[in-house]
Amino acid sequence: MNGAEFVPLSLTPLLIGCLAAVACALPGNFLVLRRQALIGDAISHVVLPGIVVAFLVSGAITTTAMLLGAAAAAILSVAMIEGIRRYGRIESGAAMGVTFTAMFAAGVLLLELSDTSGVHLDVEHALYGNLESLVWLDATGWSSLVDWTALVNLTDELFRIALILMLILILLAIFWRPLAISTFDEGFAATLGLPVAAIGLGLVIVSALAAVAAFDAVGSIIVIAMFICPPAAARLMTNRLGVQVAWSVVFALVSAVLGFVFAGYGPLWFGGSHAVSAAGMIATVSGLILALAALLGPTRRGAH
Amino acid sequence: MVNVELKVAGEEAEIQERDQLSQSPFAIRGLTVSYDQKPAVFSVDATFEKGRMTAIVGPNGAGKSTLLKAALGIVTPLSGQTTMHGLPLSEQMHRIAYVPQRASVDWDFPVRVIDVVLMGLYRKVGLLGRIAGTDRKRALQCLERVGMTDFATRQIGQLSGGQQQRVFLARALAQDADLYVLDEPFAGVDAATETAIIDVLKELRAEGRTIVSVHHDLSTVEDYFDNVLLLNVRKVSEGPVAEAFTDELLQAAYGGKLATAQAGALPAAI
Repeated sequence: MNGAEFVPLSLTPLLIGCLAAVACALPGNFLVLRRQALIGDAISHVVLPGIVVAFLVSGAITTTAMLLGAAAAAILSVAMIEGIRRYGRIESGAAMGVTFTAMFAAGVLLLELSDTSGVHLDVEHALYGNLESLVWLDATGWSSLVDWTALVNLTDELFRIALILMLILILLAIFWRPLAISTFDEGFAATLGLPVAAIGLGLVIVSALAAVAAFDAVGSIIVIAMFICPPAAARLMTNRLGVQVAWSVVFALVSAVLGFVFAGYGPLWFGGSHAVSAAGMIATVSGLILALAALLGPTRRGAH
Repeated sequence: MVNVELKVAGEEAEIQERDQLSQSPFAIRGLTVSYDQKPAVFSVDATFEKGRMTAIVGPNGAGKSTLLKAALGIVTPLSGQTTMHGLPLSEQMHRIAYVPQRASVDWDFPVRVIDVVLMGLYRKVGLLGRIAGTDRKRALQCLERVGMTDFATRQIGQLSGGQQQRVFLARALAQDADLYVLDEPFAGVDAATETAIIDVLKELRAEGRTIVSVHHDLSTVEDYFDNVLLLNVRKVSEGPVAEAFTDELLQAAYGGKLATAQAGALPAAI
């Protein structure tokens, strides 16, 4: 594969896939350890109608509009869950299930009913992402990386996900200790004067940021694999939190790269005629990594 | 005339109350906590004595853990205040070490023993401060006091229940607090651990620190503790073991729940 083909067609999708996978895996570590992994799933479902409405109102897919829409949708869901639980006399698990599915369904319907043909926003995109379409057509080869006129036409999605990943890294570096202590022992953390409720909420907000940013890359269904698989596999590699987070980043990157390559070229190796969904393949690879870690990881149950 | 006398008596009671509050490192006033509209703790006043070990005793569901959690601000009470020497407890948290129930955390969490003890130094190290060699040394000293030095680099999930409890105590020791609040430190631990823990608690008491602990085993209350707070949602009694831990009071607190076997295990003296 030469630069003239790789740089315009594959470089940006690959980068976006990698950044999105890492952005989700980082908060995913703490969600998994707090046994709140499904919050990632919930967020990804709930934000869809928010993103669609934000697009309908603003007329364009911009980071700010998407995040505001997602936040509004999240707040609405919390109110819905509480309302259903209280007035419907349904236990909270069921209330959440109903809310998430209803919100997601509303998002799908809104998408189908509205005219979004001008932009990369349709039902398929919402479900599986559109990694392959995030190309950089102004590039002509590796030399384009230093060519300013080509660089300014790099896809917005790349900057969006890079910015959010940077934000997540900074927050994680600053709040590492309180986050670790309150994840392990919330009661003790509270007696240290740590704002445990705010820390928990902050983690959910950061996860929501990651989910919204990863929306373009992997869509809203598959994003849950990015939250859970790399951290869960990483837990089986080590007994130290810092090392676990490092492993989760490695696994996220491996999933993204291998998934992208297998999706684009795998079917051809087996005589198929066209590529398959990169997002689907990334999630599949991350699942395979988890399976391997469960079989061979040094700190799996029964290994010591 | 009568009015004046009443006023004087009222003032005296007020002064006495203020003295009590200023002397006590842990005083609870009018604490009520409810879960799902059912009171778990109802209007409890308790004044714990400085330099003493007090057991909080009562049947299952009496609200012992809840009382402590609400007093420390871990759960939000409906009403009530907690003070340390007359000051709101929330401003004195740096002088308090809390040892939660062992079962309240996930022991499969990816940390080593030494990392857990270092959590006790969080206030000293801070948000971004580096953990210095002296901090590590201090953490190891705390592990030594509970006989766990050899386990410093083990993952906490590889420890027995008793060893895990000792690690929790070592973390509290690292906090170097004036008040130690423990929630069932002897639950599910081996005999050697029980001895190790009670020895450390007695050392802390000898240093003038105050210890308050939820305690389940009625047969050891007299051996281990100076004072007792007997609780069954409401306060049943409070004071020195000999006065607040009598047969009648226990019957009142436990009602029919005090099995004959349990009562039989009590020392004959009470």
